[in-house]
Amino acid sequence: MRTVKTAQITKTIADLCIRANYELSSDVLCALKSALRKETNSTAKDILKQLIENASIARRERIPICQDTGFAVVLVELGQDVKIAGGTLEKAINDGVKLGYKKGYLRKSIVAHPLDRKNTKTNIPAHIHIDHVPGNKIKIKFMAKGGGAENCSQIKLFKPTASEKEIKAFIVDVVKQAGASACPPLIIGIGKGGTFDKAVFLAKKSLFRKIGSKNRDKISARLEKELLAEINKTGIGPAGLGGNTTALAVFIEPFPCHIASLPVAVNIECHAHRVKEAII
Amino acid sequence: MKTIQVPINDVKELAQLKVGDKVLLTGTIITARDQAHKKLVETIKKGKKLPVNLKGQVIYYVGPSPARPGKVIGAAGPTTASRMDGFAPALYKAGVKITIGKGYRDQTVIKSCKANQSIYLVATGGAGALLSKHIKSAKIVAYGELGTEAIRELEISNFPAVVAIDTKGHYIFEVKK
Repeated sequence: MRTVKTAQITKTIADLCIRANYELSSDVLCALKSALRKETNSTAKDILKQLIENASIARRERIPICQDTGFAVVLVELGQDVKIAGGTLEKAINDGVKLGYKKGYLRKSIVAHPLDRKNTKTNIPAHIHIDHVPGNKIKIKFMAKGGGAENCSQIKLFKPTASEKEIKAFIVDVVKQAGASACPPLIIGIGKGGTFDKAVFLAKKSLFRKIGSKNRDKISARLEKELLAEINKTGIGPAGLGGNTTALAVFIEPFPCHIASLPVAVNIECHAHRVKEAII
Repeated sequence: MKTIQVPINDVKELAQLKVGDKVLLTGTIITARDQAHKKLVETIKKGKKLPVNLKGQVIYYVGPSPARPGKVIGAAGPTTASRMDGFAPALYKAGVKITIGKGYRDQTVIKSCKANQSIYLVATGGAGALLSKHIKSAKIVAYGELGTEAIRELEISNFPAVVAIDTKGHYIFEVKK
């Protein structure tokens, strides 16, 4: 057994919150630059240039990439040979988010109850998911998930006999409905299969993949390519003002499902895609 | 690129703007998002006095991130405008001339812009760091208890935006069914 103190986890999480919100990851930046090279619409080019400049100002001047510094989503791969000392893992993570959002001058966007809407003023609780894996390490993946794009997400429970064409049409329609409001160019996370809730979680989980990485599932890899091409033909473009760059990536996470079911969840993510990871 | 002095004193100047025009705003504006809109419209409905003057006013839909010490404001890009659609017509009617946000609006907002000779501008969503550079001062003027959602008065300089609904009721996006 390896012992990891909660203080180290808290410090790591705080650092991830800050870095994610100030430093746009290289895969997203490369995707924006590559889109700028391929884009033919002049307004679209202007917007993409603004986004690249925005990322550079954020990094240099320590201003968050976007004022919506998000809901803290934390995925943990916890090695089975790790013993956590000093408290619970969940508390260590929430303490880290609280610290990071305070120290980093990040916006606290979480309200304690959906109806009375009093701000917790700490940006916690985080949305935490823990997977148990072999080994003696802790892998932590952090995402600052903005509310605007999240609001444009949808799920549809298809009949198991549904065609690929119907499923693709649904996904493209979700993107069209999100359009300008979700801050395109978008990243589309799709969860396919499982139960109602599993599909939604997989859609979120898929967003942690690096742009440009290949899907190990052959069917999903093909569909990702076809969907990206179709979405970029909609003409929505950056900020919804037209162009060929409506999405930077499509990620699909499949899962076995019931003979009666075929859930398809679409989690919409904006270009301010703030994901960072660390290993303890 | 057209430069507009805000708040708006001359409505004729506003009427010359067309959908798709790129503009730069300079002057004083206020911020308001979901909860401030709810309160403002409730106040109008009750016939009570508003905490801010809306005549010729520009409302920017934003909830900024906290300012670092010595800085004016944190990141300050637009939030999704459609969440304010249910409130916007009452505010246009009360004198607001420009709203700034990101994304789609519904038919009631388009009609309200035409009826009140007002417009809707889009600023680039997710460019909060870049847009904050155009904000020269910020102070809370109402609903301080709302924190990031409080109404702030901002002094802006050459703030870039695009006309998305003009005074004729033209709309830059496809009309949704």
